[in-house]
Parts: sequence; structure tokens; C-alpha cells
Amino acid sequence: MNDNTKLTRTTDETPRTEPALLPAVDVIEDASGITLHADMPGVPKDNLSLQVEADTLTIEGTLALDLPEGMEASHAEVKLPRYRRVFTLSKELDTGKVSAEFRHGVLTLRIPKAEHAQPRRIEVQVA
Amino acid sequence: MYYRSLFPRDVFAELDRLQREMQQAFDVGPNIRGLTRGFPALNVGGTPLTVDIYAFAPGLDPATLDVQLEKGTLAIAGERKAAEVPEKAAVHIDERFAGRFRRVVSLPDDVDPNAIEAKYRDGVLHIRIQRKEEAQPRRIAIQ
Repeated sequence: MNDNTKLTRTTDETPRTEPALLPAVDVIEDASGITLHADMPGVPKDNLSLQVEADTLTIEGTLALDLPEGMEASHAEVKLPRYRRVFTLSKELDTGKVSAEFRHGVLTLRIPKAEHAQPRRIEVQVA
Repeated sequence: MYYRSLFPRDVFAELDRLQREMQQAFDVGPNIRGLTRGFPALNVGGTPLTVDIYAFAPGLDPATLDVQLEKGTLAIAGERKAAEVPEKAAVHIDERFAGRFRRVVSLPDDVDPNAIEAKYRDGVLHIRIQRKEEAQPRRIAIQ
């Protein structure tokens, strides 16, 4: 794991709120930014909340399943009604340009790197 | 001989077994199908009229999902593609399931195999099976 990518560090503490499921994520970094995929099945788009505050990114979502009235659960592997995960972003990421897509319960976030952090190819002059 | 069959195990073997069981209870389970509980996660519930199965399978094309009902079991199978990794990219976290999957649920006896519907919404496959009408409780009129 690359140490300079603080996105990989997940803070476990969950202040102020109730227990939540930790969505499974994939985090992929390329030269121009970071792509994050998070599995949040059962969350309608309106129940999804993304927050960037200083250097933390919070992903939250509340499940809304079509439950029939009077249903009794006989077996449950998903036992909490919400997802939450907090990431620490590093400085070279441009949090003003985060783009998000949510489809079939998968959240895809793209966080580009700030321009000054983009790799540049330096021409070597031959004297 | 009778005495031995009443006390067939010796105490140390019992302690050994106990210790092993404790370890298994606290360790990650030595599941032959891997460390996770399986993909997709399933919730099963029911009402007096229906049996409802929720499979948490995000990011799938519903057309590739294979749901089969056979001899009182319901099988959910499919494949999930791994996230695309461009060349020269670094994968920092790789937790999401990718690959082929199959999970099987056994159903109660009173379901009607002809009254089944499946919906895929927000990454959750919801399968609803009606219970047979003749299995419904009925009030019997007294003459």
C-alpha cells in the first residue's frame, strides 16, 4: 500500500451516530486521480449522502427495501439499515472537483488530483 | 465393556476438543468457500402470504442474473465483473467481490412455485414467492 495516499486510511471511530455497515470499497489510483467504488445495495439515490469536510470524505446511505407489511425475518445477513464509511483525503486531491455516479447500488467517485500535483513530463534538453 | 461405552472419551481429548471449538468460535471461520459469508448477502423473511428473499447484489446487469427454482430450493447465480483498473494504476483497497457466485436457499413446503416474481432495484434482488392458497389458515363455518 502506498503511504502517500491517505485515502487508504479509514477512520474507524464513528462519532455522533448510530452503528452502521461498512460498505465494501475498491480504491484505484492512477496518474490523474483516485477512483472509489463502494457497494451500497438497497440505498435509493435520494438516501445517499456524500460529504467532503476539510480532508475527510464521508459516504453515508440509508437502506430502503420494499418490505411487505408484517414481515418477519427468518434469516438476516444485512442487519443494519445504513452504511457509513469515512476516509481521510490527502492534500493533492482536488475536493472541489469530485464527481459521483450511483448505479445499481454501486457508488463510483472520481477525485481528481489538483493540477500542481499532476505528473508532468520534463523535457531533457541536450546541450 | 458397559462401563467403557458409558465413558467413551478421555478427559484430555475432551479438553482438546473444547479448546479447538473455542478457537473456531473466535477466529475467522475456516470456511471452505472463503472468509466472507458469501456473495450476495441474503436476508430472508416472510408474511403469512409470501416468502421474501432479498439478495444484496449491487452492480449487476439484471439480464445476467440467473434465478432458478428447483425441488424446493431457490438458486441465485451470476457473475460480477471486477472494477476496471487502467494501466499503471495502483489498487489501494480491493474489497469488493468479483467473479462468479451462486447461493442456494431452501424454501418452506407451502410455497407456490408458479407464483414467483423477481425485481432488481438499487442493487438488491427481491424475490417474492406466494404461499399456496390451500396452505392459508381458514375459518371453518359451524353449521
